[in-house]
Amino acid sequence: MIWDWDYTWDILPDLLRGLVVTVQATLVGSVVAMVLGLVFALLRRSRATPVRVVTGAVVEFIRSTPLLVQLYFLFFVLPSLGITLSGFLAGVIGLGVHYATYTSEVYRAGIEGVPRGQWEAATALNLPTSRVWRSVILPQAIPRVLPALGNYVIAMFKETPLLSAITVLEMLAVAKGLGSQTFRYLEPLTLVGLLFLLVSLPASLTVRRLERRYAR
Amino acid sequence: MSEILDFLPLLLKGAWITLQVTAGAAVLGLVCAFTSGLAAVSGSRVARGVSSVYVEFFRGTSALVQLFWLFFALPLVGIRFEPVAAGIVALGLNIGSYGSEVVRGAIRAIPKTQYEATVALNMTGYRRMRSVILPQAVVSMLPPFGNLLIELLKGTSLVSLITIADLTFNGQVLRSVTGDTLTVFLLVLAIYFVMAYTITLGMKWLERRAAASIGLGKLPSQPEVIRLEPV
Repeated sequence: MIWDWDYTWDILPDLLRGLVVTVQATLVGSVVAMVLGLVFALLRRSRATPVRVVTGAVVEFIRSTPLLVQLYFLFFVLPSLGITLSGFLAGVIGLGVHYATYTSEVYRAGIEGVPRGQWEAATALNLPTSRVWRSVILPQAIPRVLPALGNYVIAMFKETPLLSAITVLEMLAVAKGLGSQTFRYLEPLTLVGLLFLLVSLPASLTVRRLERRYAR
Repeated sequence: MSEILDFLPLLLKGAWITLQVTAGAAVLGLVCAFTSGLAAVSGSRVARGVSSVYVEFFRGTSALVQLFWLFFALPLVGIRFEPVAAGIVALGLNIGSYGSEVVRGAIRAIPKTQYEATVALNMTGYRRMRSVILPQAVVSMLPPFGNLLIELLKGTSLVSLITIADLTFNGQVLRSVTGDTLTVFLLVLAIYFVMAYTITLGMKWLERRAAASIGLGKLPSQPEVIRLEPV
């Protein structure tokens, strides 16, 4: 028989431990992407032209280059400049910064979707700028873009296997390790694929439901 | 400066492989996207079902997992791919599943009146797609296709993990040989950026041409209008 069930049950606990690391990396990376993405979006609306131009260029550059190379950069280059990061830390920073360039576009769309009258009303009430953002604009902009942000969290989840290339023992790294010990790659890698489906399918269904609710 | 000149030949050789994998996967992805996208809007329930399984499967699992599966797991059941072929097949099928959604969305977005007009003109289903629906839908597919092409270009860096000597792989080789990690990786990133930027410019040009070809482009300027010959 091609598929070995005993082996499957043997390796499942190890893979599930890997899944926990995968999920942790996704969650920490998402927090970085959510916060940094908002910072990018706000900087790109700054009144100072140099700030706008530099942020725009940095975002464009990060978005057009591969995440894998950025992870290598964080993990192999920074130590030569005196900053040594663990694989996990480099991984979540890499994921977070890379996806922040995507979420910043989402926030931008959300902010531009707030009607002009809201800005005018805030000005009429003589609110200070920080208060305008905190109490008027963002509370209206962010709920609308939550489904789009959710999609990027799912996309990030599916890119965490890249962290295996910088020594993080997430699910794919565990599967590859198991495969190279026993020379049976079929079961571990298939299980990894199935576990990914098992998490990402319900997640995308939830996001789609959210999208429909906000579309109404 | 001299290091840069020493590093460039190997990196450019890698970039050439990156471009080849990108092109191969783009062609395969385009075929998959149209096949699956058209199946998704077809009348056959079976075709719609197959298309949706394909899309959900490849979008639901990770590209790197798919690549490793093709490269490491399939040989155990007797199917063996060359590394480059495995890279092109995995990335092509993966990007095709995203492209399928683009095709489906663009066709769905064509106004209903266009369909009604083709019925009134007694067109066959094939003729309707070829002459009325697709020429309009393709124009709105191009911008998302451009984004997918950039995603694909970035995604090709994954093939370095199955021993293909692409740009990322050669960067890693130079890193471990020379130890000059900063210069090497800045060069690698810069080369990727130049490739992505070129793709962006090319797609913009294509978008303008496609829009003009169905009469959505820029209107002719005043002098041009005056010069137009009477029909």
